[in-house]
Amino acid sequence: MSAPLVEVRDLAKTFEVSSPWLNRVLEGKPRQFVHAVDGVSFEIARGRTLALVGESGCGKSTVARLLVGLYAPTRGTVGFDGQDAHKTLASSGARALHRRMQMIFQDPYASLNPRWKVLDIVAEPLREHGLVQGKAAVEARVAELLQSVGLAAADAQKFPHQFSGGQRQRISIARALATQPEFLVCDEPTSALDVSVQAQVLNIMKDLQRERGLTYLFISHNLAVVRHVADEVGVMYLGRLVEVAPKAELFARPRHPYTRMLLDAIPDIRMSGRARTPVQGEVPNPLNPPSGCSFHPRCPHASERCRSERPQQLAIGGVRVACHAVEEGRI
Amino acid sequence: MTPPLLEVKDLRVEFPTRRGTLVALDGVSFDIAPGEVLGVVGESGAGKSLTGAAIIGLLEPPGRIAGGEILLAGRRIDNLPHEQMRALRGRRIGAIFQDPLTSLNPLYTVGRQLVETIRTHLPLSEKQARERAIALLADTGIPAPEVRFEQYPHQFSGGMRQRVVIALALAAEPQLIVADEPTTALDVSIQAQIITLLKRICREHGAAVMLVTHDMGVIAETCDRVAVMYAGRIAEIGPVAEVIHRPAHPYTVGLMGSIPAMDEERERLLQIDGAMPRLSAIPAGCAFNPRCPHAFERCRSERPELMAGGATRAACWRVEESKAVLA
Repeated sequence: MSAPLVEVRDLAKTFEVSSPWLNRVLEGKPRQFVHAVDGVSFEIARGRTLALVGESGCGKSTVARLLVGLYAPTRGTVGFDGQDAHKTLASSGARALHRRMQMIFQDPYASLNPRWKVLDIVAEPLREHGLVQGKAAVEARVAELLQSVGLAAADAQKFPHQFSGGQRQRISIARALATQPEFLVCDEPTSALDVSVQAQVLNIMKDLQRERGLTYLFISHNLAVVRHVADEVGVMYLGRLVEVAPKAELFARPRHPYTRMLLDAIPDIRMSGRARTPVQGEVPNPLNPPSGCSFHPRCPHASERCRSERPQQLAIGGVRVACHAVEEGRI
Repeated sequence: MTPPLLEVKDLRVEFPTRRGTLVALDGVSFDIAPGEVLGVVGESGAGKSLTGAAIIGLLEPPGRIAGGEILLAGRRIDNLPHEQMRALRGRRIGAIFQDPLTSLNPLYTVGRQLVETIRTHLPLSEKQARERAIALLADTGIPAPEVRFEQYPHQFSGGMRQRVVIALALAAEPQLIVADEPTTALDVSIQAQIITLLKRICREHGAAVMLVTHDMGVIAETCDRVAVMYAGRIAEIGPVAEVIHRPAHPYTVGLMGSIPAMDEERERLLQIDGAMPRLSAIPAGCAFNPRCPHAFERCRSERPELMAGGATRAACWRVEESKAVLA
């Protein structure tokens, strides 16, 4: 097997959320940190899709931003095609690397400049990287990109406000594809869209992957969407990966109690009447995460060990899961 | 048969603008029986929230009801004076909105807001109202209600805030609750809890619910019947299981097919090409005809009304045609 395209090792990002210096001095408040991402490791093979799922505040978007270099990691490395991505991004090779990885953001209203024509939006990466020379050539390439995502070449002369949410997200995809990247980081690309439009965008993304052999990191909170697009799924909880498994395995045999809870929480749209355990509790405050396994206050299988000792990832077949109860064979 | 609690007849909502009048709702008719949960589903701009707003008398000007009737327990409420509508809202119709943070006043404690609502509608003393408020908080599954009573909305998490909003909506024991996207702002695990809570509490209090959402999963979990809206009209209405498993309207078929399913593997999702028309450019005939794979001549010229086809009623000429074939 060839080496994975993306290799993330023990990635961590800490944000300081302390009060201002003067308040700390006068009121004796301590410095405070949020461990948004806390020791996450995974690989993505070329041409495959890894989906990260989790609830608000679990750190999945921070992982996305770390991967494309929008944040610098506090600890750990991101390997991209054999090189250390963050070292490369700090060197003269940054431009070449940026060309190879692009990002699609959640909000198609905020991620496109309202004062720019679509032509300029999609052509910006082409000009920035000096990929296409000459006005006519740029326009031809933009037309081609727009057509590849199902828009018309004439749409290049319009402004973003003339498009619906789904069409705007296609413009974002066209922009991301402009540099012919190998790796796309998609941060909730369809959560702002209606279901019928979401279906259009997901279909386009799958078609593009097939045609161009793209590698995706797909961030979503919607497990049904993840099931549709992913090859592998990583489940995050409070900054940590609790389970990584091939899609079929994860949905057929979820191991971690949190994964089971998430699967049980999905509304049963086919009304099959399958038995489900009710979901309990809420995500704790990330400023003050529980000791040991951070899921233990909500976990029906928590033991004394879960409250004190943080579980390490355990490999069972192709699945990696961080849970004492699974390790001890209690569930 | 019990008379319906809420009857909406041929409702038309218009927005006069400088460029002409936009018709946002056109000929919307449905009813809700006492204790029934009716789901209203559709995509952005279909008019589902507007229908809810018209019922609770909170249409944003310049929007106005231009035709039709809304009856609550047999009495017309769409033409009530402002003051009477205000007394009715909260007392007989409760409302739950999408964003729990904006429906609570950040400057008052949760307890004060509950007590104020209770005393506006019910003849209770301060002390009785307080007891009732704490009982309501406990009823909606908020731990330590006496402590929480004294706290401000910002001290609550999103899920807990939505519980407070549900408690507020139930404060005066309304017969009908209009819930507009009550779980959309919440995470899935919290959404499941709120749905369970809403179902239980409405059953216990005997309240009917009009649940507006874009999430077919939530509808499947919660509702007795569902109305599918498209471009300001009801495309299909019927019992939930029928609409989900045997949809009659091509839009409902497309909508169901475009939802990624948990229990089956599909390479591609069913796709409805195009987008919902703008209010200023609703096509003649059936509003769905430009996107419909089955559209024929009649669909382009004549507008279909809801007609019975199987267990649901759908506004589609194909339903009539298929009956003609069967006959």
